[in-house]
Amino acid sequence: MRRTLAILVENRTGELARIVGLFSARGYNIENLSVAETLDPGISRVTLVTNGDDAMAEQIIKQLEKQIRVLSATDLTVIDHIEREMVLVHVNAEAENARLEVTKLASIFDAKVIDKSEDGVTVEAVAEGHKVDALLRSLQPFGIREVARGRLAIGRLPVSYPQITQITETTESQLKIVVPV
Amino acid sequence: MAVLVFGVENMISTAISELIPTPTEVREVQRQGQQEEIPQEISGAQILLEALLREGVDTIFGYPGGAVLHIYNELARNQRLRHILARHEQGAVHMAEGYAKATGRVGIVLVTSGPGATNAVTGIANAFMDSTPLVIITGQVPRKMLGSDAFQEIDTVGITRPCTKYNYLVQNAGELADVVREAFHIASTGRPGPVVIDIPKDVTAERAPLCYSETVNLPGYRPNRRANQQQVEQAVEKIVNARRPILYVGGGVIHANGSDELLQLAKRLHLPVTPTLMGLGCFPSGHPLSLGMLGMHGTYWANMAISESDLILAIGVRFDDRVTGALEKFAPQAQIIHVDIDPSSVSKNVRAHLPVVGDAKSVMQQMLDLIECGNPVATARGSDKSAKKLASWWQQIEEWKEFAPLTYEKSDVEIKPQFLCEELYRLTGGDAIIATDVGQHQMWLAQYYGFNGPRQSITSGGLGTMGFGFPAALGAQLAFPDRQVVAFVGDGGFQMTAQELATAVQYRTNTKIIVMNNNYLGMVRQWQELFYDGNYSAVGMQGTPDFVRLAEAYGAVGLRATKPRELSAVLEHGLSTRGVVVMDIVVSAEENVYPMIPPGAGLKEMVLR
Repeated sequence: MRRTLAILVENRTGELARIVGLFSARGYNIENLSVAETLDPGISRVTLVTNGDDAMAEQIIKQLEKQIRVLSATDLTVIDHIEREMVLVHVNAEAENARLEVTKLASIFDAKVIDKSEDGVTVEAVAEGHKVDALLRSLQPFGIREVARGRLAIGRLPVSYPQITQITETTESQLKIVVPV
Repeated sequence: MAVLVFGVENMISTAISELIPTPTEVREVQRQGQQEEIPQEISGAQILLEALLREGVDTIFGYPGGAVLHIYNELARNQRLRHILARHEQGAVHMAEGYAKATGRVGIVLVTSGPGATNAVTGIANAFMDSTPLVIITGQVPRKMLGSDAFQEIDTVGITRPCTKYNYLVQNAGELADVVREAFHIASTGRPGPVVIDIPKDVTAERAPLCYSETVNLPGYRPNRRANQQQVEQAVEKIVNARRPILYVGGGVIHANGSDELLQLAKRLHLPVTPTLMGLGCFPSGHPLSLGMLGMHGTYWANMAISESDLILAIGVRFDDRVTGALEKFAPQAQIIHVDIDPSSVSKNVRAHLPVVGDAKSVMQQMLDLIECGNPVATARGSDKSAKKLASWWQQIEEWKEFAPLTYEKSDVEIKPQFLCEELYRLTGGDAIIATDVGQHQMWLAQYYGFNGPRQSITSGGLGTMGFGFPAALGAQLAFPDRQVVAFVGDGGFQMTAQELATAVQYRTNTKIIVMNNNYLGMVRQWQELFYDGNYSAVGMQGTPDFVRLAEAYGAVGLRATKPRELSAVLEHGLSTRGVVVMDIVVSAEENVYPMIPPGAGLKEMVLR
């Protein structure tokens, strides 16, 4: 089963390697990974897509939470959540009518043509994963030169998992978290 | 004597720490500018040593090299830190682990970059698997050369990431004191473990003021010492209502110093207790409630009892495959209460019906408090009532014990390894600190040597490292110079770290080494005999040196026994001789360890002989 995990971790050198290492050491593949800092530049949010059963998910969440600098790890798959994938794709389109056709196709998927050159265009889309797959399948006949995809996910409001937006001054490893109202 | 010296050192380090300005004070001083002097800057190497002293360190096990020259330069001038020069970095880490296991304090290692660090990795992994608190300081090439494949450069934080609790690559001398402080906090709290601090050479030369942050800032690290009271209440209720309960206890009880609470809890509820290999000594072996070790080479009655139990109270254990046998056949009727400080240990191998996350000692204390005064169900059943209620369960256990006691064929021609363990027990009264490697000798010692108390058995459990026992014994001996410390090793394992004889002699220790010599890699040979039709492959140790002359070459005493009638005289003489003594005990070559659970079988499918 496909799993989407949301991990909050201190934004420091080596911490991503530590997280990724937990997966590779167990022979789990990572299908998608995205990392960026949160409102607090000291905290990064990691969205990670992998495959595994419930027991695997429970164990990997525990292992993630065991990491010294990981603040929280949540399996979004089992809670109500929103997931979006972004894709950037270079498509062959030399002839004028090919370009028109790609643009028309893109609009069906709520996608946009965002750049062009003499022999091709670049399409951007943000959608659910299966829609991105469908868009790519439709574009394939034109000839796809390059694809870049990335996935993000967030729990639906009101969220039930811990939200850490800022670390305050702490004493003796006591976590004080600021939850937005 | 040692305690006194440590006390004085502690006072010195406290005095120094009072002089150390906090960052606020440093800023304050800086703001005042001319009026007061800016705190004196000292080198990274000096900061490191001061930070170690502040943590109460008295002994460092290490091996010098290019990247740690600045540190060694300061170490030579420092009267308050004792450095023990090992003969191989692996030996240094095992010594630090022996020291940490025997004392309960953090063991310290100092090695150089590249090969120094890679040689240390086996020791670090061993400490990681057995949850031993260590801080390992590794040298690194200067910052500017990082990633350039410089001489003796290796990505130490990369290599040690999967086998440490945490690791650091120090970026500048200013953060060094805080890193050391955090490292000790991480290594010694929660589920203990090794922490590596990798320090580039130029950082140890860089000058910075010595200052600490006021607090350890680890927002994501919050080990849970006290368990949820409701869960403890549920646990107590389950225990007192069980008809066939058993306490399954391990290394976590020793790490938490929870032996007293365990004894009280077991006595109060009249519970049978079975320790794991890592838990040996956490409950007195000779106590009538002790069933002896369980698992692959555990006692028949301990394995039967856990298999037939209706309630397992597991404390500080991790349901290792060497304990459970085939998981699908493990204790099918039992409700499992799993007490552990590490939530990721709970339900990892065997699903717990009731998880209790907390420190073993405090959870047992919570349970005792409930039993003594709080919980009406528990209080209603005093220890007499528990004894009465569990009478038929205990009778059943006694029957199993009578059916298949631990036994071996006695001989007056060859020394039986089991007899060696019994004799060692008789001569030391179960009070010695004994360190072992991995293999047959380790299992026989676990079966036939009754450890009286915690921190006496020091063994390589999780990683199963040959060559661990001797240096670990040496580390324990250096912590307790006046106690009887024995390295009980096989002829194969001893040859992996025998070079540490030089260390043992250099520091005038009293360490005793008993080599159980069957001239085989015994446990591998046993498996080849039982599961590979006796096709012995690479297990004969032709070319083994004469251990008596080897000892003498190092300036130690060598003794040998080959006949049963010689054994007690050799052991008695060897154990009472001052200095380092190697006792080469030639035992029957093809003796097997029984009972044994064949690989893939359940605990009840033991091979008794």
